[in-house]
Amino acid sequence: MNPRARLSPAALVAVTIGAAIMLAPLLWTILLSLKANSELMRDTASAFSGPYTLENYRAILVGSSVTHWLLNSLIVSLGTTAGVLILCSLAGYGFARLDFPFRRSLFVFVLLGLAIPEQAVILPRHQLFAWLHLHNSYPGLILPGLVAPFGVFFMTQYFRAIPVELDEAAMLDGASRFTLFWKVLLPLTRPAQATLGVFTFLGSWNDYWWPLISATRSARFTLTVGLASAQMNYAQTSGLGFLMAQAVFASLPILIVYIIFQKQIVAAMAGAAVR
Amino acid sequence: MTGGRRDRLAGFAFVGPFLALYAFLLIYPLFMGIGLSFHRADLFGARRFVGFENYARAFADPIAWQALWNTFKLTVLIVLPLTAITLALALALNRATRGAAIFRGIFFASSVLSVTIVTLIWRFILTPDAGLVAKIVTTLGGTPPPFLSDPNLTIPALAITTIWWSVGFPMMLFLAGLQQIPADMYEAAALDNAGPWTRLFKITLPSLRRTLILVIMLQTAAQLQLFGQAQLLTAGGPSGASRPVVLLIFEVAFGRWELGYAAALAELLFLLVLSVTFIQYWAVGRAAKEER
Repeated sequence: MNPRARLSPAALVAVTIGAAIMLAPLLWTILLSLKANSELMRDTASAFSGPYTLENYRAILVGSSVTHWLLNSLIVSLGTTAGVLILCSLAGYGFARLDFPFRRSLFVFVLLGLAIPEQAVILPRHQLFAWLHLHNSYPGLILPGLVAPFGVFFMTQYFRAIPVELDEAAMLDGASRFTLFWKVLLPLTRPAQATLGVFTFLGSWNDYWWPLISATRSARFTLTVGLASAQMNYAQTSGLGFLMAQAVFASLPILIVYIIFQKQIVAAMAGAAVR
Repeated sequence: MTGGRRDRLAGFAFVGPFLALYAFLLIYPLFMGIGLSFHRADLFGARRFVGFENYARAFADPIAWQALWNTFKLTVLIVLPLTAITLALALALNRATRGAAIFRGIFFASSVLSVTIVTLIWRFILTPDAGLVAKIVTTLGGTPPPFLSDPNLTIPALAITTIWWSVGFPMMLFLAGLQQIPADMYEAAALDNAGPWTRLFKITLPSLRRTLILVIMLQTAAQLQLFGQAQLLTAGGPSGASRPVVLLIFEVAFGRWELGYAAALAELLFLLVLSVTFIQYWAVGRAAKEER
């Protein structure tokens, strides 16, 4: 196959139809969100023609819970991302560079975590957090996300790839372990931080099951849980256009992140592939 | 490396914070869950050790078997088409042209959405009174199928929604795999006047074997744990016809608060997922060895 060659006409048609299937649901959602609720109540086909209005978006910005949920999602996702980057960088450096008892076995112990799915631990974790009174709190939403064995593996690999001569030179200059880590090596891992950071942010932003059972009060809902409750309680009265405007509004931040960080996301995917 | 006592202390200081959280929030709950599965534990009332009673109950529970069968159907209906579609997409879009990059972006975009948004979108594609499919079918003079309420259609509806949501990641894995095939293999084939189909079956697909196994196994492990789509789109209905195992666990735990029984179901599913994961490690490792 020649990677520069043009697609055959048949393949081009197939790919175009596929792309249309990917885009049509998104466009339909946007159209619905731009219609007055009363018109949609009569017939949703009215979404194919004007008049369009931004009224549903105005309703989100003034006096709906959606902006509050957005803020919760931002706090939880940014908190999780910062925590994962700090913990995984520290542990990655430790496993890659420092000599301490049981280092190899502890590393294997962390890798075993890759095989433990969320559903195997979520019920007892829910009990544990209930005993600690952590439900309906930001720490309660952030803490489980900080356990990222893949992040430790990823950062360890990255630190291992940095030549040890750098450490030795810095140590000769009298730098302490921490100065060496903080001033010399950490800046070199910036591409890995970006990849792991975007990956973690996406995962945390879209997390559903844990916030669903941990944040049961509307004041602590993240966007995913808030939208789920809006969807469950949906009745014609609450307004289809308003509901779809919430979906569009909630997708915007993550689509913006996707467009800006497309390269890192692809790199993260490729990184998962070599795992 | 310069060892010594200070280095050892430093080592624990660097890996300690992560290990502490890891042990407390993943390993401890893992064993807690195993313990829980041997107890009768309800919301109210004391915990009581019951041995294998919860497991025996699971094997005798027709609802659990129905959920397992649903999970199996969903997994097959999602993983096989998804693998074929994403492999074809990767083959078509593995090009350095601007158009291919735009197409790749389009096919990946849905993957960044959350399950709540995906189900919200698809609810109003599939619902027979107001959905996009209904509007199109009615315009063409047909009757819109009741995707979200007909017991024969709910699982296909969940599968279609999930495939739409999931094409991005496996496509990227296949693209990464295609990038690793050495170009000279194709040059040699061109010298032999091999046609495009010969090249596909003699070079491309054999070289992609490791990625193919990886995609199938990762997706199988993921779809065995399908939850959000079923909970939000069909609520597992009608009468359990589209209820996968994880949704059953969720309902038993947080609807009926029978935590011991839910934990036993979760452990059984864990065993299933774990065996898929180990088959994956073994098969990928073997494929990698044969490639060398």
